[in-house]
Amino acid sequence: MTPTEKNRKTPIWRNRKVVPVILQIIFLAIIGLLLWILIQNTMTGLRRIGMSFGFDFLNARAGFNINEAMIEYSTSDPYVRAIMVGIVSTLRVSFFGIILATIIGVLVGIAKMSDNWLLSKVASVYIDIFRNTPLLLQIFVLNFAVFLPLPRIQEALRLGPLYLSNRGAVIPWADLHEGSAIWALLLLVVIGASVLVYKWQMKREVEEGKNTYPFLSAFGAFILLCGAGYLVTGEGPLQLTIPAHTGADVTGGLSLSTPFLSVLVALTIFTSTYIAEIVRGGVQAVPKGQVEATKALGFRSATAMRLVIFPQAIRIIIPQMTSQYLNLIKNSSLAMAVGYQEIVGVGNTVINQSGRTLEVIVIMIAVYLSFSLTTSLFMNIFNKKFQLVER
Amino acid sequence: MINDNLHYKGEPTNSLEVTDSPHLDRQKNESFGHALRKNLFGNKKNTVLTVLTGLFTVFVLYQVVSFVLENSWDVVYIHLRLLMIGQYPLEELWRLWFGLYYASLMIGLTWGLWRGAGKAVAFTFGAVYLAFAAVPWTTLNTSLNLAACIGLIAGGYVLGGKVDRLKIPVLVLWGLYFPLTIGLIMGFGGLLDPVLSRYWGGWLLTVILASVAIIGCFPLGILLALGRRSSLPAVKYVCIAYIELVRGTPLIMVLFIGQLLIPLFLGGQTGLDNVTRAMIAYVFFAAAYLAEDVRGGLQSIPTGQFEAAQALGLNKVKTTFFIILPQALKAVIPAMVGLFITILKDTSLVAIIGLADFLGTARRISNNPEYLGRYLELYVFVAAFYFIFCYLMAYVSRYLERSLSKGSR
Repeated sequence: MTPTEKNRKTPIWRNRKVVPVILQIIFLAIIGLLLWILIQNTMTGLRRIGMSFGFDFLNARAGFNINEAMIEYSTSDPYVRAIMVGIVSTLRVSFFGIILATIIGVLVGIAKMSDNWLLSKVASVYIDIFRNTPLLLQIFVLNFAVFLPLPRIQEALRLGPLYLSNRGAVIPWADLHEGSAIWALLLLVVIGASVLVYKWQMKREVEEGKNTYPFLSAFGAFILLCGAGYLVTGEGPLQLTIPAHTGADVTGGLSLSTPFLSVLVALTIFTSTYIAEIVRGGVQAVPKGQVEATKALGFRSATAMRLVIFPQAIRIIIPQMTSQYLNLIKNSSLAMAVGYQEIVGVGNTVINQSGRTLEVIVIMIAVYLSFSLTTSLFMNIFNKKFQLVER
Repeated sequence: MINDNLHYKGEPTNSLEVTDSPHLDRQKNESFGHALRKNLFGNKKNTVLTVLTGLFTVFVLYQVVSFVLENSWDVVYIHLRLLMIGQYPLEELWRLWFGLYYASLMIGLTWGLWRGAGKAVAFTFGAVYLAFAAVPWTTLNTSLNLAACIGLIAGGYVLGGKVDRLKIPVLVLWGLYFPLTIGLIMGFGGLLDPVLSRYWGGWLLTVILASVAIIGCFPLGILLALGRRSSLPAVKYVCIAYIELVRGTPLIMVLFIGQLLIPLFLGGQTGLDNVTRAMIAYVFFAAAYLAEDVRGGLQSIPTGQFEAAQALGLNKVKTTFFIILPQALKAVIPAMVGLFITILKDTSLVAIIGLADFLGTARRISNNPEYLGRYLELYVFVAAFYFIFCYLMAYVSRYLERSLSKGSR
């Protein structure tokens, strides 16, 4: 075979090594060209209205007020501070939303799997109703039709320790005080000690074959040590504040605004319907043979659930839960519709004031991407721990 | 807890049971009432649960019924037209009626030809028409038109049941439905009097937005899904970057980008109105989610299919479009319907950027001081509408899921 023959045999457009490279170069060139056109257009557009791209404006005075700022903020602070406040607000509503939605979702999921026909029917009606209506509508209903018609703060409704009015709710809360830092250290030590007790009892149980109640002993140790800590320091880890009605206002406690409550409750309900279905799907995906095997071994149904069904279901549940949590964080952006100022709401105000549309949108996208990347990272670690260990 | 008490369920039936809701395990020859009583009050735990849940249910039902009966609902029916079609010009109303007639006939024909879930769709549409026709405050004209729609569903059913040859024409007509109707609503680009998008509103705008997003996301979504599985790293990573970027961003941000940045991207000023910009945003947003669904389908195709296509001498493009994609799309129909439901619900977000869709119109009406404090009536009406259509889609999806999995067994 001469070199010319070889060349003829694989012309360049059929060469399996060259063609993909050329294709990719063409593809990247097209994408690059599109991006270049977009950027050029944007630049000319910006120049026409006399602006340029840059993040210097972030240091300018914001000048607008933010209700419910979780970190210190005043109108004289720069834009960057306002955006930080927005990020913290997003995290605040998402954090509580995730916890509450998980609790309610798991409960509803279990209710739907119940043997009891009525209970299971009620659970599925709950799921159907709140899954098939828009989240924004639910937020509107809660804000405008449930919380705003409540009585004024002067005639606030009292439900046990909490007060409800058209300004929102005031709930008992635990504040940090000077001793809290010491208590944090103390708690670390106590938890370490309880874990040691658990391990030691577990080892005894395995070696001696007697029931030594490792969990109960560890819990007991925890309580005892905490009690000892309380006696020594003379104060609890946190200061409890309970709201009290003073006639014109409610003092003490933690006050939650109407928009915050509407968003939190709506996010909780909406997401809980998805979590309920995920939990149910996960548990029902465990092969029936596993349930039968636990029966054959004489497990009680709670024990079977805890030791056999749940550990297998959790593997199916976790990845889907992750995406629901991320959805909840993203959905919290609807809060701006009722005036809870989280990152998108604050960003929107900044856009309106400074006219820096492009920059603010870039910042917001970066913020959301970092949220989702961090969540996926944590969940991946968690997921790895629960993965099947193949033999 | 696991439902494991009794599992004998009589003879297996051949009919598809389409329900995701709990069902009662019933012994052969056992009456429903007896099975229910045994289930609800069989043991102590169940009795307690039943009583508690029963009290709760009665309380909620009582609240709902008294809410419905105590309110006059005039805020809804005074604005019914605004809620349904926005400010669409009255003299051009026949275009919308044509769209409804067309849809009704097609639904009837589909039901008659294929049976299955078409029944549920036909009955739901029929019931909604009937409800609107029967309430006393609709005009005679509207009632007659709605009655005609019901008639078309029924006629289509009868015709479809008798003439089996209609299957291909019906599919073709379904394919033409969207371009024809949307063209008519817009005025065929000048052929008829154009009706600008600023006059669309209410449920009409919601449906148009959702349909454009659902249909428009397919080309880009499928390309992204294929690109993500490409063996060329450049293509693969560009697709992954796009999909993950869009999926990591909240929809409201994408809508902002559509409203505020598209004019900038296109060089400062454009003739695109805000409805079109919202549509573009929805299409690009939905494509990323569709791509992930389709990717799931592509991954489920066994390697044997690729090898068989190769053995038959098909090239890569033919293998993808004639062998792999049809199977992959069929496998993910339920997931796609799930996405469509989400899109329909998510069109409500345009209310935030100031468009008068279904929810946006309700919000505007509730801002009218004359109807202060009547929010709940309006929102309950809106919620009911969303619920009916989302639930219907979910039902059809579950039906398809069962019938497809039945075919593969």
